[in-house]
Amino acid sequence: MNAKKKRRLAFAAALLAVGAAVAGAIVYGLGENVMYFRSPSDIAEKQVSQGVHFVLGGMVEKGSVQHGAGAEVRFRVTDGKSTVPADFNGVLPALFREGQGVVATGAIDAKGTFIASEVLAKHDEKYMPPAVVDALKRSGRWQEGSK
Amino acid sequence: MIGELGQLVLCFALALSLVMAISGLMGAAPTAFAARKTATSSALGLLVFVSLAFGILTYAFVASDFSVTLVANHSHTLKPLIYKISGVWGNHEGSMLLWVLVLAIYAGLVAVLQRGGERLTSAALGIQGLLAAAFILFILFTSNPFLRLDPAPFEGAGLMPLLQDPGLAMHPPMLYAGYVGLSAAFSYAAAAMIVGEEGWARAARPFMLIAWIALTCGIALGSWWAYYELGWGGFWGWDPVENASLMPWLIATALLHSALATEKSGAFRTWTLLLAIGGFSMSLIGTFLVRSGVITSVHAFASDPTRGFFIMVLIALAIGGALALFAWRASSLQGGAAFAPVSRETTLLLNNVFLVAACSAVFVGTIYPLVLDATSGTKISVGPPYYTLIFAPIFLALLALVPLGPALGWKRGDLKPVLRSLTPALGLAGVAAVTVLAIVSPRGIAVTGAFAVAGWLIGASILDIRKRKGARAGAFASAIAHAGLAISLMGIAGTSAWRSEALTVVSPGQKLTVGPYTLRFDGVTREKGPNYIADRAHIALMDGDKVGTVLLPEHRYYPAEGQDMNDTAIHTTGFRDLYLALGDDRGDGRYALRAYVSPLAPLIWLGGLVMALGGMLSLWGRLRVKEPQKEPAAPAVALAAE
Repeated sequence: MNAKKKRRLAFAAALLAVGAAVAGAIVYGLGENVMYFRSPSDIAEKQVSQGVHFVLGGMVEKGSVQHGAGAEVRFRVTDGKSTVPADFNGVLPALFREGQGVVATGAIDAKGTFIASEVLAKHDEKYMPPAVVDALKRSGRWQEGSK
Repeated sequence: MIGELGQLVLCFALALSLVMAISGLMGAAPTAFAARKTATSSALGLLVFVSLAFGILTYAFVASDFSVTLVANHSHTLKPLIYKISGVWGNHEGSMLLWVLVLAIYAGLVAVLQRGGERLTSAALGIQGLLAAAFILFILFTSNPFLRLDPAPFEGAGLMPLLQDPGLAMHPPMLYAGYVGLSAAFSYAAAAMIVGEEGWARAARPFMLIAWIALTCGIALGSWWAYYELGWGGFWGWDPVENASLMPWLIATALLHSALATEKSGAFRTWTLLLAIGGFSMSLIGTFLVRSGVITSVHAFASDPTRGFFIMVLIALAIGGALALFAWRASSLQGGAAFAPVSRETTLLLNNVFLVAACSAVFVGTIYPLVLDATSGTKISVGPPYYTLIFAPIFLALLALVPLGPALGWKRGDLKPVLRSLTPALGLAGVAAVTVLAIVSPRGIAVTGAFAVAGWLIGASILDIRKRKGARAGAFASAIAHAGLAISLMGIAGTSAWRSEALTVVSPGQKLTVGPYTLRFDGVTREKGPNYIADRAHIALMDGDKVGTVLLPEHRYYPAEGQDMNDTAIHTTGFRDLYLALGDDRGDGRYALRAYVSPLAPLIWLGGLVMALGGMLSLWGRLRVKEPQKEPAAPAVALAAE
């Protein structure tokens, strides 16, 4: 009886230790790897520090896409109120278009340019990432039914 | 006409599911023989009517009947037949009908196989009936696939080009077979608590196995599709929707192992019940995440708040009800049997701890952004490094323990002889680690560890198979499944560590090297597909000065849908993939081109197949044994067989 109780206690202690370790890892991992979603207006309002990775959402400004000699490409992302220049060295997803929504991860450099490490493929031209819709709504440029 | 017919049939199915729920639950009483008969026949009736409804919808898609709104919105006369059929579940309404169809198939299987006692089966059918009724109500009230469109348009809007792919045509039915298969385990667990029967784990095992096999195949298919279709060369992005399918898999895997212990030695009785509830809860939560529109992705067909609300209520009722039943009745089943610290049970316990920990980490990473958005309006995304950080150590530790399990005895084991018998596997692990360190660069701790663990697992599997020579097929199931895991592990570690990438703009005639390959860009031609126009790049894979193979990545435009898509070209040796994706047109015949060399990538999916094969062997062994009670008493081999 006593031995059984002891064993149960040991089990409970071991489980608790594992649980605590996992919870600790989760909290630590989240702290290190969470990226905030920001709109060009947020950047204009200096809410984003240089070098911190985040997710940028907005529209690709019409007439802003410039290709370099290699794979590098430069465009501007706008939410109708503010605009931020973006550099990307890579192949753009098939659905990347001027005047359409875009979501990219990356960080702002010293000159205020957004260096994109990844431009996300969107799946549908009708589909607008809700974060982009949100950014457009906040800047007052969202039209219901424009979806 | 056909729309009304479909709706009528679905209403009949609803009535039958209610009959099944009531009679099934009444049949849990010891003497309610008539109710049990009714439950069985209404389960079969439900299967017939839901199949009919599904058949009618399929017919509407194949015949391009645009008087049905769903068909008009998601189909097109020019679409190839296979995509007309897969279009049935390539949208919210149809996919929910597929969900109910799979549920009805499982209910039919439960009714036909009649595993476990009569009362247990009846109560399980009752729970299945409740679930079916809830989902049919959900369809009829919020997602009716048979709504009419008047006047009917001449042409449909087409199907998202990304979904027009053979891999993705099969992906949802596979995944649903897994998701919904866990409902059978859930129903059996709830039934066991109602009836107080302890043999439920054995009765429900085939359904757990089918669900697990289907989930494994479904996830592998989805990941393979993402790999060759999305054009970024990755196989897993820790996207919330991918996580939604991984979480049920992790719990289903834990359930398979825990239920085995419950069945064979009586350990973890209440824990196994909880896992059965948890597994299906994860399926429901996955459905909610994917279907409610809280997550936007290729899978989120609609963002209709009433649907999300309905599914949320459904989840709350199912999980809440099951947990209430658990709190009230779980003690009626005998508590877990004791076992020594060194025993197979302990390894299975650790397996469960690791898998549940992994699932919790995925759950938090998936849900946290949603909760934060709902409570504070802050939008965040959790990056892949979070998952790698937690998954890599958990899985390496878990896999390092795997070979010990099948080698140890139930109740009480002895570590020394087991380790001695596993020495050759340890040797293989050492060889794998040294090989990786010696000949491949870049070197890394994680990749070396992964290959050592893979060698250890495969070595142990070979030893296990040799030991069981001559036993029945089911005896090899765990060895095969564990070897599959090792194969996938090598694929994942290899491609993550050693992938090389080239990204350039190429002019016609230009050569480029990527990894060991030399490629020559021979220009782009315009091709016409059945429902798309393609820019097809001709890229020669050079063998010295000669052309070895020509690879043809495409950029496709689908006029009906007004969408663009990339079609990658992959040249594989079985151990290494050369992967090409065509980028945008830069004028003067110049194109952006992305090339990857992914060593060992094919092993990822091969491993998935081998794992599923292990599951199938076990299932086959289970279904061949008709009467579990009369199983020949050969404990040494038969018990160790699992």
